[in-house]
Amino acid sequence: MVQLASYSGVPVSVCAHTMTRSASMNELLQRVASGGDAEAYRKLFQSYAPRVKSYMIRQGADAGTAEELAQETLLTVWRKAALYSGEKGSATTWIFTIARNLRIDRLRREVPWQELPDGHDEEASTDVPPDEQLSDKERSARVQAALAELPPDQHEVVVLSYIEGLSHSEIAEKLGVPLGTVKSRMRLAYQKVRESVEDLA
Amino acid sequence: MTIKFHPDSATLMSFASGSLGEALSAVVAAHVEMCPRCAAEARRMERIGAAMFEQLAPTPMSSAAEPTAALQTMTKERPARAANRDEDTDADMPRTLRKIAGPELDRVPWRRIGIGVWHYPLPLSPGAKGDLRLLKVAPGQAMPEHGHGGAELTLLLRGSYRDEIGTFQTGDLADLDDDVEHRPVADLQDGCICLIASEEKAKFRGLMARLFQPLTGF
Repeated sequence: MVQLASYSGVPVSVCAHTMTRSASMNELLQRVASGGDAEAYRKLFQSYAPRVKSYMIRQGADAGTAEELAQETLLTVWRKAALYSGEKGSATTWIFTIARNLRIDRLRREVPWQELPDGHDEEASTDVPPDEQLSDKERSARVQAALAELPPDQHEVVVLSYIEGLSHSEIAEKLGVPLGTVKSRMRLAYQKVRESVEDLA
Repeated sequence: MTIKFHPDSATLMSFASGSLGEALSAVVAAHVEMCPRCAAEARRMERIGAAMFEQLAPTPMSSAAEPTAALQTMTKERPARAANRDEDTDADMPRTLRKIAGPELDRVPWRRIGIGVWHYPLPLSPGAKGDLRLLKVAPGQAMPEHGHGGAELTLLLRGSYRDEIGTFQTGDLADLDDDVEHRPVADLQDGCICLIASEEKAKFRGLMARLFQPLTGF
């Protein structure tokens, strides 16, 4: 079983901070987007850079490279903040996609192909008004709860794909199971988690 | 455009997580551009990644990592909104491929590789595995028969083809398991142009070798 995160040694205050961060993180990112607010940016940096660093380490980077990529991810946040639309996306999802693309570019040295979500995609018009939406914090907690309930073998392939960055074939090789088994576990996991990431709920 | 065939959710999830290889990702990205349903699905799958990312235990940055000094000199980019996306109205190449394949399918420097079959291999990053190419097939022409070694994705960019599974039209993506044997035949009037990626280079060489053999239609 692959652990998503080890909380050993992490002060309790960090975890408590995690619980309250999302809503304000969206606001901070919007302040950076609209006014180039350096103080808001500093808070975003302090909150996200250490997680991006962890993500890069899990993706196979050494500590020094992970630190550089965390810096670069956050610099991209500053440069591209105007593309972010808080009406729609969560700051965390937006920053995750920046980190993901940077990892593909730098650690795998491949073209990411994927554009950053700019909050103006096709979904926007079908969304419920903001005051009827789940808050970002609630939504995130819901996804995390759904992931935690996955059977271990399904949870494992999802972690290997998202956090360790392994392709289906690499996961199959690592676990010693057929490729089709990896795919069906991924499919089943998504079916179970999908409801928690729906827009209208 | 009614798209009937979509990537497997496992494929799309691998794409959204950033772990799908470069060649296969290019095809999925081109499909996602054309398919609002899959674009929305990919966004949902990114939220799953973000939720996991958020749960990672932080690794402290070194104290020298504070960013403020750099910010003073950095200019912020203005949003590059959708404004220039539709500049070239003749552009029918998927947007993500225009840098490497040009804006128009008709202006691709096609190379003939068999009777009624042309291709244009697309460059991948030096370390990338797999194979990515555009394939143009004349009306009524059978595409080469092949098994799929590893994952293979085919996206219809123009025209259509039919095989044992169904009729694939513009925007449809065939995400076939590697044990599927199929023999697509291009549309009798318009033929078809596809974007094809495979995970394994060697298997695709086998396919290309076959293209030089005489082809027989149905």
